[in-house]
Order: sequence, then structure tokens, then C-alpha cells
Amino acid sequence: MTRATMDGNTAVALVAYKLNEICAIYPITPSSTMAELADEWAAEARPNLWGDVPQVQEMQAEGGAAGAVHGALQSGALTTTFTASQCLMLMLPNMYKIAGELTSTVFHVAARSLATSALSIFGDHSDVMAVRASGFALLSSASVQEAHDGALIAQVATLEARVPFLHFFDGFRTSHEINTLDLLDDRTLRTMIDDRLVRAHRARALNPEHPFVRGTAHNPDTFFQAREATNPYYAAVPGIVAAAMERFGGLTGRHYCLFEYEGAPDAERVLVLMGSGAETARETVKYLAARGGKVGVVQVRLYRPFSAEHLLAVLPTTARRIAVLEQTKEPGASGEPLYLDVLAAVSTAVARGARATLPLIVGGRYGLSSKDFTPAMVKAAFDELLAEAPRHGFTAGIEDDVTHLSLSVDPAYSIEPEGTTRAVFFGLGADGTVGANKNSVKIIGEDTPLYAQGYFVYDSHKSGAQTVSHLRFGPQPVHAPYLIFQAEFVACHKFEFLERQDVLRYAAPGAVFLLNAPHAPDQVWHHLPRPVQSAIIDKKLSFYTIDASEAARALGLGFRVNTILQTCFFALAGILPRDEAIARIKDSIRKSYGRAGERVVEMNFAAVDGALERLHKVEVPATIDAGAVELPARVPANAPAFVRDVTARMFAAEGDTIPVSRIPADGTFPSGTSAFEKRNISDTVPEWVADLCIQCGQCSFVCPHAVIRSRYYDDEHLAGAPAEFPSATINTRGYPDTRFTLQLYIEDCTGCGLCVEVCPAHSPIEPDTKALNIVEKRPILDRERENIRFFETLPVNDRARVDSSNVRGVQFLEPLFQFPGACAGCGETPYLRLLSQLFGDRAQIANATGCSSIYGGNLPVTPWGVNHEGRGPAWSNSLFEDNAEFGLGFRLAADQHLALAHKLLAALAPKVGEDLAREIVTAPQIEETEIRRQRERVAALKVKLLALGESDETAANLLSVVDHLVRRSIWIVGGDGWAYDIGYGGLDHVLAQGRNVNVLVLDTEVYSNTGGQSSKATPLGAVAKFAAAGKRTPRKDLALLAIAYGNIYVAQVAMGANPQHTLQAFREAEAYDGPSLILAYSHCIAHGIDMRQGLHQQELATQSGYWPLFRFNPALRKVGANPFSLDSLGPSIPFKDYAYNEIRYRSLVETDPESAASLLAGAQKWVREKYMQYEDLAARDGSRFTIDPHGDETEA
Amino acid sequence: MNLATSYLGLTLRTPLVASPSPLNADVGHLRRLEDAGIGAVVLPSLFQEQLEAERDRLAAIHAQAADNNPEARGYLADAGLGPYGVGPEGYLDLVRRAKDALDVPVIASINAASVSGWVDYAAMVEEAGADALELNIYYVPVDITQSGAQIEQRYLDVVAAVRRAVSIPVVAKIPSFLSSVGHVVAGLAEEGAAGVVLFNRLIEPDIDLLRLKLSRELELSSPPELRLPLLWIAILYRQVRCSLAASTGVDNAEDVLKLLLAGADVVMTTASILRHGPDHVHTLLDGLRAWLDSRRLDSLDRVRGVMSRSRIKEPGAYERANYISLIQTYSREHR
Repeated sequence: MTRATMDGNTAVALVAYKLNEICAIYPITPSSTMAELADEWAAEARPNLWGDVPQVQEMQAEGGAAGAVHGALQSGALTTTFTASQCLMLMLPNMYKIAGELTSTVFHVAARSLATSALSIFGDHSDVMAVRASGFALLSSASVQEAHDGALIAQVATLEARVPFLHFFDGFRTSHEINTLDLLDDRTLRTMIDDRLVRAHRARALNPEHPFVRGTAHNPDTFFQAREATNPYYAAVPGIVAAAMERFGGLTGRHYCLFEYEGAPDAERVLVLMGSGAETARETVKYLAARGGKVGVVQVRLYRPFSAEHLLAVLPTTARRIAVLEQTKEPGASGEPLYLDVLAAVSTAVARGARATLPLIVGGRYGLSSKDFTPAMVKAAFDELLAEAPRHGFTAGIEDDVTHLSLSVDPAYSIEPEGTTRAVFFGLGADGTVGANKNSVKIIGEDTPLYAQGYFVYDSHKSGAQTVSHLRFGPQPVHAPYLIFQAEFVACHKFEFLERQDVLRYAAPGAVFLLNAPHAPDQVWHHLPRPVQSAIIDKKLSFYTIDASEAARALGLGFRVNTILQTCFFALAGILPRDEAIARIKDSIRKSYGRAGERVVEMNFAAVDGALERLHKVEVPATIDAGAVELPARVPANAPAFVRDVTARMFAAEGDTIPVSRIPADGTFPSGTSAFEKRNISDTVPEWVADLCIQCGQCSFVCPHAVIRSRYYDDEHLAGAPAEFPSATINTRGYPDTRFTLQLYIEDCTGCGLCVEVCPAHSPIEPDTKALNIVEKRPILDRERENIRFFETLPVNDRARVDSSNVRGVQFLEPLFQFPGACAGCGETPYLRLLSQLFGDRAQIANATGCSSIYGGNLPVTPWGVNHEGRGPAWSNSLFEDNAEFGLGFRLAADQHLALAHKLLAALAPKVGEDLAREIVTAPQIEETEIRRQRERVAALKVKLLALGESDETAANLLSVVDHLVRRSIWIVGGDGWAYDIGYGGLDHVLAQGRNVNVLVLDTEVYSNTGGQSSKATPLGAVAKFAAAGKRTPRKDLALLAIAYGNIYVAQVAMGANPQHTLQAFREAEAYDGPSLILAYSHCIAHGIDMRQGLHQQELATQSGYWPLFRFNPALRKVGANPFSLDSLGPSIPFKDYAYNEIRYRSLVETDPESAASLLAGAQKWVREKYMQYEDLAARDGSRFTIDPHGDETEA
Repeated sequence: MNLATSYLGLTLRTPLVASPSPLNADVGHLRRLEDAGIGAVVLPSLFQEQLEAERDRLAAIHAQAADNNPEARGYLADAGLGPYGVGPEGYLDLVRRAKDALDVPVIASINAASVSGWVDYAAMVEEAGADALELNIYYVPVDITQSGAQIEQRYLDVVAAVRRAVSIPVVAKIPSFLSSVGHVVAGLAEEGAAGVVLFNRLIEPDIDLLRLKLSRELELSSPPELRLPLLWIAILYRQVRCSLAASTGVDNAEDVLKLLLAGADVVMTTASILRHGPDHVHTLLDGLRAWLDSRRLDSLDRVRGVMSRSRIKEPGAYERANYISLIQTYSREHR
């Protein structure tokens, strides 16, 4: 046996890859890793059990993956897929087919919540429960080891039973937990897998040499019988699985059962559950039973087919009360599915005389969306069973103050064994904390006799995210799939976290607290906020500090503090003798950095050696400082009540304590909460030099986080301005008394530097100085807070007076998309901010799932905001695959209600005024001034309608749809994964309808949100996940496909190449009364670039001819002009000069230089030929485009 | 016609050597140079500092994309954990490929930032099969507390350290701004340098007046720059116990001849090849042969160094007096 530490996804993928010939894959959190690994291993030509390299095929959607799986299975190949959640739903129709045809396969599922009123990427069983009727057997694994083993057992069973298996384990809690496990070797796999069954599977394949048909249609005469004909196969499954488990136990010493009982043989109270929660319950039961508790737990492994016989065999007859706990919710049902199964099994047994008494059986819910499930909750469930009338449908882990179903849980209850060391680390995303902790787990779990567990919690921001690492180390295997709440070691790797939340709530009394602080050891205490000082004193913590950031700089490690802090951890936690720990860290450094060269290794060695010299113990005073710093308010006092009461608690990582009553039941949340977060994630920010600025507006145009605001205002408004409030005379002629201010919202700035890069104004006398320069934030923070306060008192510029047709004018439009948690320097968000500025006050946005739906709507942060009049984008996310259709629905409803409004208005014209009614219907609404006038008319109409009173039904009806009289701007927004792949069918259909919808594709050329998997937009030669060997086909030309329709406005833009062109395209697309499609080049962290150079890369993409700028405007056909306009010059640099600035292209040079060279040559050729295609289009006569049968273009 | 030349103890079929240029990273280009008659090639320099800075930059890009989001392990394929051709591996591969493809000697070139760097990379290129190693050494002594002697000692230390680490011939390419060029060259030979290249041509920064930034643009060397190496080669010929290579300012066969007559063992050129293409080597050699032919000479060795300071009748012509008379001549002609 080989001992290893890894996460559940890896543990499962190792087995699944070995046992299959085909993997059809698609990315979805939290299962993507399994598919990524399979793709990587195939790219390395790693063989499966039979010595062959499996084919790994990415599909356009999970529906497609299921189809490909189905086809491969019908052709006799051993085939698998990896999935979760929504994507499992997309597989459902095929699952019925695959099961109906009695086909051997295993789907590996990292179980995840299904989106309801909200999406959640986290784990529960709602997805697997939704497919329980498909005919797949459902096998549940509760830990990393079980998932590894279960992957084999499922494969063994499916080959023999012919019933397909869905092998599932908890998303995140198991899929992402790192734990120590014993790996299965090939010999065990060989022994378990019977090749005769593999050949039998092949023999059942479609084969023209002995043909048959499968997949027929039945009439009522035979369909029913066909369904019943499968009964014997299902009846055999429990026995087959049990036998496989037994054989497995014999080979490995790890014994599993279909239903496994743990606890007192004479238990009176019993829990039944499956998944990782069962492991927590079993550990708790061991603890309680050892103390005399008559309690027990049944862990369900094989859920479908449900074997009552096997359940009853282990369920003690002494059980008087049973609670069935489930990680799913079935609204309106008499109970969740497992409850009903257990109830049926036990009550039937009683009714048939197989058991004497019927215990009371209740159901309960826990752990939805990875809500932590702890021993305290297990204990609470047992306590509930002691109640006179235990509640059915209770909940554990929340406070339900509405239907009062929640259990009361003792937060201090703990069963954690002696000898285990628990450590919690607060880190900043990408500061190396998580990586170092994963490394520590590996060092201890693999190189010492100790066992180790690591679990990592992230907030939902993509920049400056906070990570919390939960690590356990001990002499026994760690069976604790829940967060640590009492740690012997707490480390805070960023000082500012202390001001945001209660870091020390995790510290056990007497624990060690390590703080990375930018303060001298004898001063650091005085910088601690009062509650932190109090906790250190009250809990008698040993307090250590190090300025790791300074040490890293001094030691040449830049911002990477991980090695230094990891060394401090080992030195302080005492898990290993100090010298041994240091030797092991150094070993690990050599493994990790060896490839990067001796210098890097030596620098890290120096960091290890230097760390302890810089680590200081702080003498803790007996009392809190008299003038201790108070915690700043989480949100301003003037924030809306919901933000103060609910959102602020989520900001402070206290969302778990928010009761049910405070959470909207239908998923409706306030817009614009990002304005209250003030994350202060960057230590450096831009500063404006007023007298250098040429007021061009480029900086605010490209700012991904909308932190740069401009206003012009009369001189007189400066009365009362803070002394250092910067202001310049506006540089437009004829306005001598008008002032201009560029205000930077530095608390919301990520420090990405795009604004400085784009700023064209250089100082004539100071070297390297522009009108915007990056400076240290702390010295200017108070000043700028004052300035922002004053800036917000300046009058908002009138949209109707701003020239929004040029970049300079756009800066004066209020951004209604601000401070998203996107990556610093994100290439997508500037387009969204622009959209919000131009059309936000009348926009309705359908947003496909992806990065833009996460930074656009992952609570608690909602960046889509409202303007000073209370208007703003109405935003919603439906799914990944249906976004175009979702947006079309917006259009249909808007058109219908506009028609209704017109009809009602016509009927009411005599009452509200004929002129007003006519003007409202006929007035143009393209330019901002026209919209403004229409708003005034509609406002006047509303006044008149209200005056008519509620008794006027027609007026009341018109009021219900009156807002549609202002032209609504329907936007369909998403990434390339949606537009090119999973949503393409829908997008194509929607575009083809001729309706007035505007589609914005934020084209990063990969599935960015799930970590950079290849899409059909991924270019030739780029390496992406799922294209580990380099993409072998060029990107799909979505623009040309749309242009082929003839009546679709199509633009390809790149803000970094030509901002004015981008602006023009957005305005034309929106004004065009028909479908529009904008493809927006969005540089991305997944390209492997210095994000500060993102706009420059966009420019190079265009200069190389790879990303030409163009517009196809069908409106031009009305005047007989060529609708296609090629707006950028021909290639002026080689493709390589653009591409090889990006790791995605350079990766292949490293791994496969020959392919890299040939793909580069191919890509260059493709660029040239593509450009010539566009040139041909641009040179055409206007008449030579597809005729729009409904258009009124001039005759060809 | 015998153009064979001994350089660094290697026998070259002609005295022309292609000095490091970016084009020399292309084996096809090297082959064309060989076909045209080049005597040896020097590969472009491996710059330790640049390589490590690039590596750090890529590591930072990787780090920005790792472990900051629950949905992504990272945003870049793990298969490409670098160093994306910026490590020495790519360079060493070039050395191997050049050796496989060429019959003429292949000279590797390195520029390191630390003594250990020089030694490490020197060992690597030797291992990869280079016939000789050129040390592309230069320091811009911005620290004005450093004396000339201290700076010069650094040059000597590098050569001594590398010499101890490798057994292939080592040649030092040095800049001209040393207080006593000849003394340094003699010292380098003393430390074991098999040759010295005169001179390393540095690209000094320029000022961008619009943006008030430093700019750095490459301008190819031109014939007037030839005088400085010519002077020092003429002075050092037969005075130091190592090969002398002339570099900078070569464009045509006359330039080559002048340097050979001054005493250079080999003449290096990049600029002329960049300007006229690899076949220009042919033209240079033809010119060389024609000149020798016209004087009925069958071997280059007969004339090498005939114009050196030690061979001409008035060695003082290479000294300061020369300067005064030149100015006088210039003034007369341009009056």
C-alpha cells in the first residue's frame, strides 16, 4: 500500500482514469479537477490498467458529454464522466437511456447544490437526489479514502450488474479536502476487475458484423413490460455490491457494507444518513456510546437500489426513535427521499411481522450548500429524539425563526480526540498561504507517521480573497469532515483581517497566535484592535509576530511570504521536532522549486533560515490598552437597513448566524451593496495629478473596478471643499468657470495599474510621472476619504448634456456597475461598466453563469448599482446554458407589455391628454436627450394615472406596465464558454429571431470561472485545461456565423486596441432595432499575463491581425452601403510577438517544443487567412450580402 | 589559399567568426553561415539576470492565478509550470543542436550576475558540448567608491573561477572602458583565458524627450567604430599570451583585412551579417582572398600583424602624437 495525501477529486480520478477507455468531460465546479487530471494524464500518455491511453474528449455541455458517453458505451468502450449539479441535470435524459439499456458505466459526481433562488457552487445532495429515479445505482462515499475505494467498487459492480452507477461524494467537503489515504495499486485493480466482464460489455456493443437495433420506440402494448423486464438486474445489485465490497475488504483490509452501523448494539436512538456527514455522525456516536449513550448511526453507502433487507439487517431492533438526516430539500414533500425509503422499509417490516415495533421515524435536513455539519449538530439531533415529540423536518446548522424547525446546537460541544493538533490560517488569495498549507499537509501526511487533513475556505472574490485554511494533524487517521472551531494554532497572514472579522474566535484557550504584522515586535500590541487584545488576554494566547512581508522582500522573495510563515508554523506548532521540520520543509522546497533553479531553492532556504530569526514572542500585557483601537464600522451608518443588518454580517464572515427571517425567500436582493464593502485590498493605489491631466477619460474608461469618477461642476461648488480637494479648470473652451475633478475611490481599488498604463499625459519635467501615478495608500487614505465624501456632494452631471459618443464624455456618466470582486485588472468588467454607464438606467440584463455572474452577483457583493435617481440595471442569472433564451424572454415580455401599454394608453388618451398619449407612442428614443424627454412624458403620465384613482381599472393596468414606455434595453451577457459552447444553440436561435436583443460576449477564450478550460473560442496552439497538449483547432468564428444571417449587428471590439471603436459599437448595437452581437476581447488571468499589461496585449492582438476590429451594421444596407467595416489596420507585427507574451502560448514551448513551433506557424497562417477573409468582406459591394427578407435594404 | 587560423587553440578554416546575434539562435541561419565559409560561430548570450528576472515574472504570474478561488485550482494548466524556454534548458538545447548541425566550432556565450552563476552556467554549456566559451563580461561601475583596480579584479576573478570549472577554452569579451586595457588583457591571459575579444559593445541608454524615460535602441556598429579594437589589437599583438579577436565596426573585406593586419587572430561580425545576410561571409572572404592574391600571398599568416605596433617602423604613430597631427590634417582639409 502506498500512503499519500490528496484531495477527493484526485483520489477518484486516479481510479476512474485507470479503469476507463474514454472520458467525456465538461467543466463544472467542484468536479472539474477530475476531468482536468484525466486530460493532463492523457496528454502525458499515462496508460490505463490495460496499458492504453484513454481518450479524453471535452464536450460543449454536459448534455453533450452524456451523449458522447452513451455513444461510446453503445460502441463497447469503458466510458466515464465527471460532473455535478446543473450539469448532472443536463445528463438526466441520457441517464434514463443508459440505465434503460442496462449499460455498464460509472459517473463520478462531486455532489453539489442545484441552483434555486440562488446558485451555489458548494456541496449537498440535491443534484444526486434529483436523478434517483433514473435507474442509475447510487453509491455514496463519505471520505477521501472511501471515494478512492468507491470508484473501484462501483466499476466492479456495474460490470457485473449491468446497471450503471453514479458514484458520489460531497462536493468540496470530500472533493476538495486533502487527507491521508492508502492508494490502491494496479494489482488490486487487476484482481478486482474481471476482464471477462469487460469483454462481455464489448460484446453487447453495436456491431455491423452481427447487427441489431437498440433505442427503438414502443407503443402502449410493450413499453411497460420492457420497463419491468429490468427488475432482476436491479434486484441483483445489492448482492453484487456487497460481494464486491467483501472481496475488496479481503484485498485491502478496508471493509465496507451497503449500510454500516456504528454505535451501541442496544441503541435506542439512531441516525441514518449518507455522505461525509455520516463520518461526523459515526465519530460522534463512538464518542457518545463510549460514554454510555444508547445511540447509533447507520451510514448509507448504496442508496439505489435501496435494499431494505440490508438496512434492516444492521438497524438495531432496540431503536425506538430514528432520525433520517439529509443534505437535500424537497419542498412540499412529506419528507426527503431517504426518510421516505427508511420509513417504508421499517414500517413494511413491522406490518409484515418481520419487526416487532415501529419506531418513531423523523426526517431532518443539514448541510445544504456545504453548511458545516458538526458533532454538536449530531448531538443536537440525538437530543431532539429525546424530546417528547421530536419534530419532523427539523434543520441543523441554521437558526430558523420562521417555521421554528431548527435544532438548538451547543457551539462549544467538541469530540475532537486528544493528540490532534488543529491549526487555522487566514491568508490572502494567491499569497501562497493555501499552497504552503497544502504542502504542510503533504509533508506530514506522507513523510511522517502522522496523519493530516487540510480543508480550505475561500470568500467569493476573485481579487484579494480571504482564504481560511483548516489543518489537522494527529497520530490517528483524521475523520473530521467539518471546520475547526477550536484551534491550538491560529495564524493571521494579513494584519488588516483583524479589523474586518473576529479571527481569534477560532483560537482555543492557551493557543498560539501568529500574526504577520508590519509593526515592530514591541509596538505591534498597540496596533491591535480592542477585541483582539481582549481575546488574547482572555484566552491566554501565546502571541508571536513576524513582519513576513518585509522579510520576504529582504530575502528576495518579493510578495511570497509562504515559506517564511510555514517555517514559523512548524517552529511554533511543535508537530515535529524543529530540526526535523526544517529539514522536511527544505526537502519539499527542493521538490517544488528544483525546476526553477538553484537560486530559487537557495532563496527559499534562506527564507526558512531567516524566518526564525525574525519571529518574536510578544509579551502580552495584563490589560487592554486604554486607548486601544476600536474596530471600524463594517458599513457606514447611512447604509440601508438591509445592508446594515444582513449584508454587513456577511461581510464580517458571520453569515452563518443570520436567521431565516432575514433572508429573502425568493432570491431578491438589493442592488449595489459593493459600495459598502470598502475592502482596501491594495496597499498601492493611483493618485491624480490635476494639473497634468488632459481630462481624456481613458483611465475611467478602462478601470475594471469603476473606482475612477469624473465630474464637472461650477466653480461655486468648491466652497466648503476639503483643503486638499484637487480640481482643475475644465479644458473645454468656453467654460471658464467650470471645474473638473477626477476622484479615485481608493478603498475600492485593487491597484491593478491599468489606468496608469493607459494614461497618455506625461509630466514635461518630472521623469516617469503621469497624470496618474501609483503611490502608497496609507499616507493618503484619510485625505481621500474626505475628498470622496465631498466629491459625492457635487451635482451628478446631466446625462442629456454629456456627449456620450466619445470616450471623454463617458467619464461623466454614472457607473452602475462598480467595485466588483473580479480579478485585479479584469478584462471583462470595463465592458460591463461601460454598458452600465451608457444604458444602465433602462437596462435589463440576462447574465449567463460564469465569472460575470459570480463577480456580478455572488453575495454579499452586488456590483450592479443604482443611479442618483434610483434607477439601474435589473440583473438576473438563470443558468449557464439558457442565457440567450432567458434574455429573449425579457424581450418577449417587454414587447408584449409595451404593446399592452400602448393599447391601454390609447384607451386612456381622452383622460390623460391626446397629445401626451401620441407623443409617448411616437417620440424617438435613441439619443439620451430623447430618452430624457420620454422619461418626463412618462412621469407626467404617471401623475395623471394616479390621479385617476384605483377605481380606474384601465389606469391601474397601465400603471402596472407603464415603465415599458421608456425604451428598455435588453442585454444578454456571458462568456465564451456560454456563447461558443453550451449556450450556442440557444444563442444562434435567439439571434435568428430578429428581435431587439443585445448580446455581449466577454471573450476570454476559455472557461475562466472554472479555472481556464478550453472552449471553442480558445485559439490554435494555446494551452488550456482540457487542452493540456495545446489546442489543435482554431477558434470558432462566431462573428462570421452571425454575419451570415445578414440582419444581425455584429461587432468585434477590443477596448485596449481602440476604446472609441468599442464605444461606437456599443452605441450602434443598442440603437439597432434588431439582434446585436458584440464580441469583446477580454484579457484574463487565465492567459498567463501580467494583468497590468492586459490592455497592451489587446492592442498587440489587434496589431498582429489576430483580433481585427470590425462592425457589421445591417442598418447601412438601407443606404446601399457595405455593412461590413474593417476598423483596424492589417497585421503589422508577427502573431508570435503578441502570443508569446502569454503563458498560455508559451506553455507548449516548454512541454512540447515541436508542436509549439508547428502550431505557432499554423496560427500565423490562420491569422493571415482570416484577415484576408475580412478584407474581402470589407471590399465587397454593399449589395453582396445575404438578403434580409424583412429588411428594407436597397435592391441588390 | 590558406585562410586557416588558430583561435583559442582551435583550428578555424577561416578567420571570420559570427559574433553573438539573435539570429544565431536559429540553427538554419548558422548552417547558412557555415555554408558561406564562416570559421566559427558564437551563440547568442545566455543572460543569467534576464533569465532569472523572467523566471520571477512568470512565477509571479503563476502565483496570481493560484489558490485564490474555490472554483479553480489555478487558472493555468499545471503542465506548463515553466520556465517556458526562459531557463537555461532552451539555451543548452541550442548548443546541442548547433553542435549536431555544424562542423565549424560552436562557441557558447554567457553573461552571469554572480561568480556562482558564471561557474554554474559555464559548466552547463560545457556539458552541452560547446567547443569554447565566451564570457560576455561587463560591469557599469555605478558605485563610484569602487576603484579601477577593484573593477578590473572582478574581470580577473570571473575568468579564474570559470577556468577552474571547465576544461574547454575560455575567452573573455571585455568592454573598452578600462583604465589599462592591455594590463587587464595580460591579466586575463594570466588567469587562463585562451583569448580576449576586443571589445564588448554596450548599448548605452538614450533619453525619450517626450515621455522623459530612458530608452534603449539597438544601432548596428559602423566602420568608424572599428578604430578602437584596431588600436588595441595593434598594441597587444604579440604582447599577450592569448588569442585576440576583433569585434565591432566590420562591414566589408577591407575592414576585416585591417584588423588582421593589426594582429587579430579572428575578426568577428554581427552587423554586416544583419545588414547584408549570411552570404555576406562569402563576400568578405572573397575580398580577403582577392587582396592576398593581388599580393601573391598564399597564406594569411604571412600578413597577420604586419601593421601591429610592434611591427611598424614608427610605433609612435599609434600614440598620442597621432592625434595632434590628425586634427591638423582635418583642419586643413575642411577649411
